[in-house]
Amino acid sequence: MRDLLDKLRRYRMGPLIGLVLICIALTLMSDRFFTPANILNIARQVSINTLLAVGMTFVIISGGIDLSVGSILAFAGALAAGALASGIDTGLVLLYACLIGLAGGTLNGLLIAYGRIAPFVATLGTMTLFRGATLIYTEGRPIRAVEEGFNAIGGGYLGPIPTPVVITAVMVFLAWFVLNRMTVGRRVFAVGGNEEAAVLSGVKATYSKVFVYAVSGLMCGLAGAILTSRLMSAQPTAGAGYELDAIAAVVLGGTSLSGGQGGVLGTLVGALIIGVLDNGLNILNVSSFYQQAVKGIVILIAVLLDRRNAARG
Amino acid sequence: MKRYLKAASLVVGSLFIVGMLAGCSGSKEPPKPAEKPADSTKQMTVGIALSTLNNPFFVDMRDGAQAAADKIGAKLIVMDAQDDASKQVSQVENLIQQKVDIILLNPTDSDGLVAAVKEANKANIPVITLDRSVSGGDVISHIASDNVSGGKLAADFVIKSLNGKGKVAELEGIAGTSAARDRGQGFHSLIDSEKEIKVVAKQPADFNRSKGMTVMENILQSQPDLQAVFCHNDEMALGALQALQAAKKNVILVGFDGGADAVKAVQEGKMSATVAQQPKLIGEIGVQTAEKVVKKEKVEAKIPVALKLITKQ
Repeated sequence: MRDLLDKLRRYRMGPLIGLVLICIALTLMSDRFFTPANILNIARQVSINTLLAVGMTFVIISGGIDLSVGSILAFAGALAAGALASGIDTGLVLLYACLIGLAGGTLNGLLIAYGRIAPFVATLGTMTLFRGATLIYTEGRPIRAVEEGFNAIGGGYLGPIPTPVVITAVMVFLAWFVLNRMTVGRRVFAVGGNEEAAVLSGVKATYSKVFVYAVSGLMCGLAGAILTSRLMSAQPTAGAGYELDAIAAVVLGGTSLSGGQGGVLGTLVGALIIGVLDNGLNILNVSSFYQQAVKGIVILIAVLLDRRNAARG
Repeated sequence: MKRYLKAASLVVGSLFIVGMLAGCSGSKEPPKPAEKPADSTKQMTVGIALSTLNNPFFVDMRDGAQAAADKIGAKLIVMDAQDDASKQVSQVENLIQQKVDIILLNPTDSDGLVAAVKEANKANIPVITLDRSVSGGDVISHIASDNVSGGKLAADFVIKSLNGKGKVAELEGIAGTSAARDRGQGFHSLIDSEKEIKVVAKQPADFNRSKGMTVMENILQSQPDLQAVFCHNDEMALGALQALQAAKKNVILVGFDGGADAVKAVQEGKMSATVAQQPKLIGEIGVQTAEKVVKKEKVEAKIPVALKLITKQ
């Protein structure tokens, strides 16, 4: 028994077990939950948050936090809709949104690495800045983005799988590869674990910091394009509060907020837990007020269990 | 071992809490096929997707729908999107998964919900829109107050109260919502033709009470000699009222919606008037229309719901 639990802990299976338990419970409570159509439905619904949370994982492992994700998403989405309206090709619009996100994220990184501003404060500033910029650009109105090729990004299918799910799966794999199989990723762990030690052993902490925020921004840009495509319009208030869902997914996935440990696969599980809860409580017709309370309780339980494990070392 | 028992009891305890919450949230479990009374008529299930339940107006709409559903013995499934278009798309998808007979949609945004309406069309579930329309997909009927004529009612009242001369401020709703657009348009269509009346300030306060207060405070700094204020909804008007009372200003204050708080404020002479919508009636007519649609009866494509100006009598 003890061996098994130790193994589970070593491979950080806690979140996954939690997800499976929640799924079993929901399957027992509703015959509408565990159907192929609903599973795809959930997968599509969690795509956006998963993308943001994957970028957030890089940031949190490096010991930082990014509050500006929702605003950068809205900004990139609005500019993408504007570009589409001026007749630019779908592929280029997608690239454009990603570049806008990358630029926004890089700005965060520069402020934090070279401007020496605490991540919380820096990204709080850019969160407000990009929200303002979005409102200025959109004049506070949704910008329509109706174009068949473009709308296929968020609303289409590749075979039976919704396109956003495929894009997200590819991004999760790439992120996992960069973080766990490349030097640039290993350095993120080093910086988050012990910055001084990392610097002494030759890691350029400033580079790593700019890198993680740039990754987060890139994910926001991509998510912004997908959301705009799915809603056939760029909403000026899009992404409000999404930073909290992204952080929640990372935390549920077992990544520690103090930095230095964690991973994108756990984050994927965390995002799925949130998505499955939202969908399941919807299907069970639980009032939305209770849904929020339940979500909060689940996050607290996860963190409590995580802390108990951490305390054991 | 003790540790695991503790952890397990924590999980079980919290699941118990969640269960209790879900249980007392007033949602009845769907009757299992086995327990169904052997009557041939299937109970009609209506899904209602509301833009937010943080606003008494939409709570009234839900209550009206609930009362009408109870009357005809239909089951009502309520969704609350918290003013987020993307969340609402997910909730409509979840209603489609539950195979409801008909969806009453009160969209957070006209463009953003087109994809969701199209999905309902694909699943052959009829859609009726409430209060706001959608700009695409097949909607069988649109039930709403005539906001433009409501704006005119407000303008007419302001012009008469000021004897055609004075300075007016306007607190606008969330930019980009059709309600804000139409109310503003109706209001300006009469006010702008008055030579002696000037709209000296026009600021969005997002249909929100606390924002209404701060925006009003700011406007009073620049325009201390205002004589009238028109707000696109009651929540903002009640916020503005706080600011006006604090500044000891007694001006003509007109709200919009006719919610309980505002009507009380009008009776007490704190507000001059409110253009009353009848959200309960919108919800009620929504469910009645839904019943007609499910019974394959003909319904009108547009069903206007009357507005009335409430003043202190």
